[in-house]
Amino acid sequence: MKPFTLHDGLVAPLDRSNVDTDAIIPKQFLKSIKRSGFGPNAFDEWRYMDQGEPGMDNSLRPKNPNFVLNQDRYQGASILLVRQNFGCGSSREHAPWALEDFGFRTIIGESFADIFFNNCFKNGLLPIVLPKAEMDALFGLTEHSPGFRLKVDLPAQLVMRPDGHAIPFEVDAFRKECLVNGWDDIGLTLRHADKIREYEANRRAGQPWLFA
Amino acid sequence: MPKTLYDKLWESHVVHTEADGTALLYIDRHLIHEVTSPQAFEGLKLAGRKPWRTSSIVATADHNTPTTHWERGIEDPVSRQQVETLDANIREVGALAYFPFKDKRQGIVHVVGPENGATLPGMTVVCGDSHTSTHGAFACLAHGIGTSEVEHVLATQCLLQKKSRSMLVRVEGPLGRGVTAKDIVLALIGRIGTAGGTGYAIEFAGSAIRALSMEGRMTICNMAIEAGARVGFVAVDDTTIAYLKGRDFAPRGEDWERAIACWRTLVSDSDARFDAVVDLDASGIVPQVTWGTSPEMVAGIDGAVPAPEDFQDPVKREGVERALQYMGLTPRTPIGQIRIDKVFIGSCTNSRIEDLRDAATVVRGRHIAANVKLALVVPGSGLVKSQAEAEGLDRIFTAAGFEWRQPGCSMCLAMNDDRLNPGERCASTSNRNFEGRQGAGGRTHLVSPAMAAAAAIAGHFVDVRQLA
Repeated sequence: MKPFTLHDGLVAPLDRSNVDTDAIIPKQFLKSIKRSGFGPNAFDEWRYMDQGEPGMDNSLRPKNPNFVLNQDRYQGASILLVRQNFGCGSSREHAPWALEDFGFRTIIGESFADIFFNNCFKNGLLPIVLPKAEMDALFGLTEHSPGFRLKVDLPAQLVMRPDGHAIPFEVDAFRKECLVNGWDDIGLTLRHADKIREYEANRRAGQPWLFA
Repeated sequence: MPKTLYDKLWESHVVHTEADGTALLYIDRHLIHEVTSPQAFEGLKLAGRKPWRTSSIVATADHNTPTTHWERGIEDPVSRQQVETLDANIREVGALAYFPFKDKRQGIVHVVGPENGATLPGMTVVCGDSHTSTHGAFACLAHGIGTSEVEHVLATQCLLQKKSRSMLVRVEGPLGRGVTAKDIVLALIGRIGTAGGTGYAIEFAGSAIRALSMEGRMTICNMAIEAGARVGFVAVDDTTIAYLKGRDFAPRGEDWERAIACWRTLVSDSDARFDAVVDLDASGIVPQVTWGTSPEMVAGIDGAVPAPEDFQDPVKREGVERALQYMGLTPRTPIGQIRIDKVFIGSCTNSRIEDLRDAATVVRGRHIAANVKLALVVPGSGLVKSQAEAEGLDRIFTAAGFEWRQPGCSMCLAMNDDRLNPGERCASTSNRNFEGRQGAGGRTHLVSPAMAAAAAIAGHFVDVRQLA
């Protein structure tokens, strides 16, 4: 996994609540057996005027000029602002894959759905929860200052605005350590292989029907 | 100290705890389907790792499989490749059970696990599918995971987890005639919102929950995720034990007796404390119909579509405005005046035998309305299908103009050919009314099987209590 320490990037706003993972990456693209290449179909139904299908040349498709991420000023954005309950619905990890492939490194919002939030950390994508007042201010600044950028400092747990205002955020210590170091969760867990085997042996002895 | 059921399930699976409380939880049952597993198997292989315990795996193909013309196989080459990839992966690593496409026990993974007795009380159950919460009906700690976690479970038989807060949802009192488990859970989501359960593990309790069959409890736990909670569960009682007895993977003989003794402890202690408590009065719940693009946008059949100005919060107001526009609905329209084009009875929420019986009771001797272009019944599994056929339910549906299909996820998420066309309106027994969920531009209204059947007959939503 790509480590995440400091990130400085252009900010794009998606000012709506309850953005579900069906919207982030529609089901027809879930037929792929690969992990990559989902970026061109991120937000497909909002982003394009036609109906997307796997295998289409997305560069030839008509784009929806009203969709915020299609605006020129947000091209190349790597920080996405969202509202409440972002990533709700389906557990599809294709959603963070699509966002990461689109170019986002961090998503800042008022709240996230649990499974999506968890999936982000497995893909070097940092979800940050900030209070509503801070989000309102960030949405305002993004709209009114073209080229608005933010710096995200994961080790210091700060989102830094260009005007010097630094906003602290919470992150689980263990997740932070994994992300900062780009550690592979599986490798870490396998350090406890003996404990897992011991637990398993006890469980098998006590409740053999679970192992039938 | 008194413990909640959640405490008991959690503590009995902790293998190791990190300094910040992140725990390594042991996973008893790993359910696998074709959509969220190929990258996990590939990752495992690329890293040169072996699966830890393949006897924990129960696999089936459900999301992509067609529900008609099985003799033609899977015609969409991309879908076929995904299903064949699952075949190859399971053939290579092995499993406790695999129900491939066309197998007589194939079906929706959350229907197949319980009906074969592969979901047992006290288990941790995971699957790369958010509706894994379904298995909580058996007092399991069951939740959806992403593909990276599927790989993690394959490789280590464990998952890294932070403990959630606990929520008790108490539903007391008798349910009215024609009111079902689906209406309870939709009413709950209407009350607490789609993020109301985020960060919580929900225990469903109270006399109305205890009075439900296992099918009904599965419907409720299935939609815990639609309330934001990854896990929802119900304590073990006689209903749980009676359901499991004699099922293929359930224990037998001396083990059965030992298991029951163990399972009986899977209840919250009477004086256990919860971080949040929500009370619902079952007798006040009427049949529910969603009107928007989020399951929390729901009203009783006697209600009406709201207007954006009914909502104070500007973000919510805009959300409602957008939803009404997408749904093609005018504020203040009575729910009973919304006409439909299609009907879908199926999904991991409502495709079990009891659901089909409920719908058939409404349909018997009647015919779908002229404006209903397509009414589908998609049984949750091959076993549900054959049971329904043995009871003659298929003939009731087909005589009424419904199509009787092969099992699978079908039009719940429209990965196969079963889908809505742009602008089409559907009465659906599934779990999500998101934009485009049942097909780009499609409009979904979530209802119970009886309400979907009633809408099919009337051509618009109608109170099933008046039809029967």
